[in-house]
Amino acid sequence: MHFAVCIKQVPDTTDVRIDPKTNTLMREGVASIINPFDVYAIEESIRLKEKYGGTVTVLTMGPPQAEAALREALAMGADNAVLISDRAFAGSDTWATSYTLAMALRKLEDVTLVLCGKQASDGDTAQVGPGIATHLDWPQITYVRKIENVESDKITAERLLENGYEVVESELPCLLTVVKEINEPRLPSLKGKMRAKKAEIAAWNAAAIEAEPAKLGLDGSPTKVVKIFTPEPRSGGQMLEGDPEDVCRELVAALKDVVLGCV
Amino acid sequence: MADAIKVLEETCVGCGLCVKACPFGAIEMDNRLARIDLAKCTLCGACVDACKFDAIEMRKAQPETGIDFAAYKDVWVFAEQVDGQVQSIAFELLGEGRKLADDLGMRLCAVLLGSNIETATNELIERGADLVYVVDRPELEHFVDEPYAAVLIEMVQRHKPNIFLCGASTIGRSLVSRVAVSVNAGLTADCTGLTIDPETKNLLQTRPAFGGNIMATIVSPNHRPQMATVRHKVMKEADPQPGRTGEKLIEEVAAEILKSRTKRLSFVPEEESTVNIAEANIIVSGGRGMQKPENFEMLRELAEVIGGGVGASRAAVDADWIPYSHQVGQTGKTVCPKIYIACGISGQIQHLAGMSSADIIVAINRDPDAPIFKMATYGIVGDLFKIVPMLTQHFKKMLGK
Repeated sequence: MHFAVCIKQVPDTTDVRIDPKTNTLMREGVASIINPFDVYAIEESIRLKEKYGGTVTVLTMGPPQAEAALREALAMGADNAVLISDRAFAGSDTWATSYTLAMALRKLEDVTLVLCGKQASDGDTAQVGPGIATHLDWPQITYVRKIENVESDKITAERLLENGYEVVESELPCLLTVVKEINEPRLPSLKGKMRAKKAEIAAWNAAAIEAEPAKLGLDGSPTKVVKIFTPEPRSGGQMLEGDPEDVCRELVAALKDVVLGCV
Repeated sequence: MADAIKVLEETCVGCGLCVKACPFGAIEMDNRLARIDLAKCTLCGACVDACKFDAIEMRKAQPETGIDFAAYKDVWVFAEQVDGQVQSIAFELLGEGRKLADDLGMRLCAVLLGSNIETATNELIERGADLVYVVDRPELEHFVDEPYAAVLIEMVQRHKPNIFLCGASTIGRSLVSRVAVSVNAGLTADCTGLTIDPETKNLLQTRPAFGGNIMATIVSPNHRPQMATVRHKVMKEADPQPGRTGEKLIEEVAAEILKSRTKRLSFVPEEESTVNIAEANIIVSGGRGMQKPENFEMLRELAEVIGGGVGASRAAVDADWIPYSHQVGQTGKTVCPKIYIACGISGQIQHLAGMSSADIIVAINRDPDAPIFKMATYGIVGDLFKIVPMLTQHFKKMLGK
C-alpha cells in the first residue's frame, strides 16, 4: 500500500522572541522545524508500512530550504520525498495550497492513504487537510487518535471530538488528519540519517504537477491579507503580595462578580 | 507569470525601511537593494506602505471571477447540533451575524441539518435568525463529513449567501473547508473580529497568527460567499428574545447528496473530564509545578467549587499526570475562558498561544521571574500547595457552599 504524508516546514516557535521595542516577531535566526503535528503523521505512516507493508512518500510544498524537513522525514523511515516548489506558489492561501498538494498526490497515482497533521503550528487553520481531500474528491477522517484497522478497501479509525471519540469507517482511498495522541514519534536512527543525507529528493514545479496556473499562488487564493498588525499588549497586570490569607481574600473579591456571572 | 511582489531596482535607494517593516523577516538588503524572499513573503503589503520611494510594487488585484455579486444575499450561520441540541457556538455566531446582517441590510439566516430537528428552529429564531433553512433527514442525525458538506454545498448554490459563518469546532473545521473548496470561496479560520468595510462592503476578517503575536486582517474580495470560522467564547452569545418570529424553510435534497463513503460506527464519551475545557468559562490549570498526578486533585476541587474545568500544560500531560484532552496550548486545545487560573505553569510561548485570549489570567507560581506573570491579570508568587486550597476555602465561603 502506498502511504503519503503532507508536511510543512514552520518556524520553531520556542525560538520566537518578541522585539520589546517594536512588538513584532524577531525571526532572525529562528530555526525551522517540521510542523509538530506532521511528525505524528510521519510516524503513523511508517508504523502502517511496518504493519501492512508498502511505501511511504513525504511531500511538502515550500521553498527550496524545505528540503531539510523532507530529509528529516526520510531519516525517520520514509521511503521517498517530493519537494513541490515554484515561485508561482507565492501567496497561496489554504485553497491554493490544498489544490497544489492534491495535484502532486494525483501525480503519484497509486496513493491509497494520505496522512496530515491536524493543523500547522504557524497558521493554525486545519483547513488544508480537508481541502486536499475535497480537491481529490476523497473521503476524510479528521482528528484521528488511533487507527484501528486497515484492509485493502477500507480503514477504521477513532476520531477525537470535544466530548469523546467516535469510531469511523471509511472506504479507501482516504485522507486522515492526526492528533498528538496517536503515537510517540521515534527519533531518527544513525543509519536513517546517513540514508537520508544521500537520498535523492524529487523536485516538482507547477508544470510537473500539471496544475492550472489560475489556481496557484496569489491568483488561486480567494483570501487576501490586507493588513498585519501587532495586538495591544496585555496591560494592567497586578501582583498580589503579602500574607497568603489576605492575598486569597483579595483575589476572591476581585473575581467575585465574574465567578457569580459564570455559575 | 509575473511575480506577485517586486522591488523596482532603479527606484530602491537601499534605505532599509522595508526590512524593518516586514513582520515575516522576508526582506534582506543585498548590495544596497532590497531583496524579497518570496518563500517567506505573505504579500501582506507592510513593506509597500513603509517604502517612502514607491519602490515596491505589489500586484494587489486578483483576477475578476465574473461573479454576479448582487446575487449573493444574506448572512448565514451554520447551526451546529449534537444529539439534537443546538450548540452554544451557533448562538454566538447569531450574535455576531446579527450585527453584520444589520450593517449590510441583509437577513440573518441559520442552516440547520439533522434528523427530527425541526423543533430547534424556534430557538434559532429567538436568538436572532430571520430565516432558518432546515434539512431534516435520518442520514443527517449525526455529523458525517461528506453528506453534511454536500448538503451545505447544495444550499450555498441554491440560495447564494453573501457571508457564511461556522464554528471552529472539530465538526466545523472538518466540514467547512470542504464546502469552501467546492464552491470556490475564501475561508478564514479562527476570526476574532468581523466587520464590514464601509466602502467595499467586504467582510473584514481579523485573526491571530503565530500564537497571537501578530494579527492579520483578511478579505475575500472577488469570491462569494465570504466564509469564516470563529472559535468558542470569542463572540458574545445572542440573548434569546421569547416570542420573536421568523421564517422556516424545509429544504429537500436528492438522495444522491446524502451518500457517504465514511460511516460512524460508534461513539465513546470521554470518561475523565466533566467539563469540556474548550467551552468552559473558568479553567483551573496545572503545569510542571504540580509535581505529581495526585496533586491535580486540589485543582479539581477548586474547579468544582467555582464551576470550572481542569486544564494542564504540555509538561503535565507528557508526564502522564492528566489525559491529553486537558492539554491547553499549541499542541493541545485553544481556550478562551473568562477566568484562567494557571498553577505551577511557567508560561512557555506554546502554552500562552492556547490561553492568551482569556479575559482574566491568574498566575500562581513560586518563581517570580516566570514568563506567565507578564501575561497575568493577577499574579501570586508563592507555594501553590498552600494557596490553592486556601483559595478554594475562600471561594466556598463567598459562594455560601
